[in-house]
Amino acid sequence: MDGRLDSAVGDPAAADIAAFLREQEHKSLLRFLTCGSVDDGKSTLIGRLLYDTKLIFEDQLSALANDSRKHGTTGDDIDFALLVDGLEAEREQGITIDVAYRFFATKRRKFIVADTPGHEQYTRNMATGASTADLAVVLVDARQGMLPQTRRHSFIASLLGIRRIVLAVNKIDLVGFDRAVFDRIETEYRSFAEALGFAGITAIPISARYGDNVTARSDSMPWYQGPSLLEHLETVPVEDFAADQPFRFPVQYVNRPNLDFRGFCGTIAGGRIAVGDPVVVAKSGRASTVKRIVVQDGLRTSAREGEAVTIVLDDETELSRGNMLVAPDARPEVADQFAAHIVWFDDHAMIPGRSYLLRTETDQTTATVTELKYRIDVNHHGHEAAKSLEMNEIGVCNIYTQEPIAFDAYKANRATGGFVLIDRVSNRTVGAGMIDFALRRASNVHWQAIEISRRERAEQKQQRPAVLWFTGLSGSGKSTIANLLDKKLFAAGKHTYIIDGDNVRHGLNKDLGFTEEDRVENVRRVAEVARLMADAGLVVLVCLISPFRTDRRMARDLMGDGEFIEVFVDTPFEECARRDPKGLYAKALSGQIRNFTGVDSPYEAPEAPEIKLSTTGQRPEDLAEAIETELRWRGVI
Amino acid sequence: MSQPVSRETLTHLQRLEAEAIHIMREVAATFSKPVMLYSIGKDSSVMLHLAMKAFYPAKPPFPLLHVDTTWKFREMIAFRDQTAQELGLDLIVHVNPDGIKRGINPFDHGSNVHTHVMKTEGLRQALDQHGFDAAFGGARRDEEKSRAKERIFSFRNAQHGWNPKDQRPEMWKVYNTRISRGESIRVFPLSNWTELDIWQYILMENIPIVPLYLAAPRPVVERDGMLIMRDDDRMKLAPGETAQQRMVRFRTLGCYPLTGAIESEAATLPAILQEMLIARTSERQGRLIDKDEAGSMEKKKREGYF
Repeated sequence: MDGRLDSAVGDPAAADIAAFLREQEHKSLLRFLTCGSVDDGKSTLIGRLLYDTKLIFEDQLSALANDSRKHGTTGDDIDFALLVDGLEAEREQGITIDVAYRFFATKRRKFIVADTPGHEQYTRNMATGASTADLAVVLVDARQGMLPQTRRHSFIASLLGIRRIVLAVNKIDLVGFDRAVFDRIETEYRSFAEALGFAGITAIPISARYGDNVTARSDSMPWYQGPSLLEHLETVPVEDFAADQPFRFPVQYVNRPNLDFRGFCGTIAGGRIAVGDPVVVAKSGRASTVKRIVVQDGLRTSAREGEAVTIVLDDETELSRGNMLVAPDARPEVADQFAAHIVWFDDHAMIPGRSYLLRTETDQTTATVTELKYRIDVNHHGHEAAKSLEMNEIGVCNIYTQEPIAFDAYKANRATGGFVLIDRVSNRTVGAGMIDFALRRASNVHWQAIEISRRERAEQKQQRPAVLWFTGLSGSGKSTIANLLDKKLFAAGKHTYIIDGDNVRHGLNKDLGFTEEDRVENVRRVAEVARLMADAGLVVLVCLISPFRTDRRMARDLMGDGEFIEVFVDTPFEECARRDPKGLYAKALSGQIRNFTGVDSPYEAPEAPEIKLSTTGQRPEDLAEAIETELRWRGVI
Repeated sequence: MSQPVSRETLTHLQRLEAEAIHIMREVAATFSKPVMLYSIGKDSSVMLHLAMKAFYPAKPPFPLLHVDTTWKFREMIAFRDQTAQELGLDLIVHVNPDGIKRGINPFDHGSNVHTHVMKTEGLRQALDQHGFDAAFGGARRDEEKSRAKERIFSFRNAQHGWNPKDQRPEMWKVYNTRISRGESIRVFPLSNWTELDIWQYILMENIPIVPLYLAAPRPVVERDGMLIMRDDDRMKLAPGETAQQRMVRFRTLGCYPLTGAIESEAATLPAILQEMLIARTSERQGRLIDKDEAGSMEKKKREGYF
């Protein structure tokens, strides 16, 4: 077995570049990742692969010799891990924080390797690497056997659709090349992985540090008859099944340089397409025909999965980014409710009821997890009841989107079945989802048409509907000011109503407590009720601490344009605690009440409220009048 | 790339090409003011070529930006202006006026200060001045260790800083393009290309490159173990130093006083490829700026360097 690049080149003087290029042209590509627990030797293995395939250039090697003396953990030998741990903090701490991508080639194949971190806190980076990989090399330290991260990473690999596993039992030299150790680990892994549905598991005993069974078979383990790791990677089949799936074309960008050209740009996510083929717009069901497939070099008659093309239809079919062109006889799901597996990345837990941005390859909408069905124990594949998903946890959820999206089950198509969740305020990528199936409920509950419009209802009352959302700490004066305002508006003949946070907890929300999950649900219910009242034409005054920005944002998005007026009653914590009208601060500060906003639960102040009231030194009557003036100015009353 | 009528399987380069085009369209569809950093090098040439493909028959819906340090090779500047003109693209050239006022140059201030003021600060100025919210760069992950860790869509805070310990997870081709005001994203469509891929693609697609990449007799001075081409007389010769005509070429192009030439006979693209395949040194070795200190590229990137 010889996988070395330089042997492919041979004598440079004689090398025929054209022949070489042809050979390159026909090489296939394998994307794989290395994963496993901390110190199982992932980075060392990749360093070894790069070294042995002679792609480590001389100057990198001399720089490496310096680094090894400074940070190395292998004494005077070269520490291969330092080749791939690219960040200062990683070299200092001797661990891998983020996924690193490496490239090497042999005579037969090109490889892109994602070297992923073993520490549990960096699981999201492991998932990043796994999402684009065809195969995973799971490393196990022969002395340690299977560890929780071995199970976690294998589970995530399976969840993300990786079909093939190499179980690399590393540091086999440190257990005296003992076959019994290897067999025991292999047996344990296979029994664990049975439920994960991999298409193939290949176990190989290796020593990354000394190179045994890495690029060539080792003499130290005559009992092992299988291929070396590189040999296996060079020959393992690369699945190309996405090309055999039904045609899917998520529209990324509409190219319209002039009135004569309207092309839909995107990357074909499944199947093939040819000029003259019938297609259907996924969300509208409109049928059309492919007129041209445009690339810069000219016109193409057909294209396949993985190609980035521009499609021109033979009519003026309405179609834009976020929609999909699909095969008429095998359409994707279009739904606003579905079940999905979710991996949570963020240190703020995922909470059912909270709204997030959901992004697929080209579509984006607001989404709420309506139900966390269960959390998965990755060690034993058990289902656990849970109210939230913490960082690095995996769960199965029902999700509701504001607009329907077009999708396939992730198992059928990785490109059209995956999505990420984004925090609406911080814009962080907080989770990733793999769609399982559409929920039929969605299509069976229809809107009942009501003939009197909300505009007519409001006009009858000679006002415009509005929701004034008073937010602020407990005791800040929300209810006092809202009451005064309510009386003024009522006296002026306006139709109003106050929803008070304390009052709804006696009825509608009496089943809710004060945990973060319950607060989210509390805000959601109040917002929905406020919306109904605004629909009825009322001016609604909501008094609710509503401490979290994303929840107020959710409430804002429920209302019509300009109808949501956030009133920040800005009273400093010290002042609220001093006033303490209900004696709650005294109790909270002495520990008798838990999850009290401002004490042991955070309050996120509004960044851009429509109205901000600094109450210190102000009379509530004056503040109420100020709001009334503002409402008049806004045309509400 | 020559296009067969129907493709049974995609080659490595066809996949890389599609990935880069997808990334560019994603930026055009989701950002309000993107720009393409154009550094005139071979990677920029490939990136620009891909942009022309991505939006054909339209022109790319963003301008090119060159942050000029005033120390680029003259041939680079000529190539830049000609390319922009021939393709009919909008080219913005920015020079840090503050650096000019202070007379910053690589000889008196060293590569560190020169690069920081003229490139890093200049880039930040240009991005802020025009309010660009996304900027394409031609960096590849195989170039350098900290680049190997960087996302394709790399988030920068309002100070243009990169936080390598807290990068957004990047799943599949689902890119998080959301930012708040003042923040921006650096986008690297060539992340997964290797140096060999770049050359191979240039050859196959017949992409124009600056002639400095091809070997020719040029006046060079040997300094600190590097061959520096004396591109103009701002480079003073030390006593006893002379510029010799040698057959050289450049593997990477930057400021001429900071870019080492290599001796070579490779005057054609196939010859370069052939030479590359037996190369014993990696390409960034020709750059002084990475040698200043360990982890220097990561440090520069955190400060806002590309």
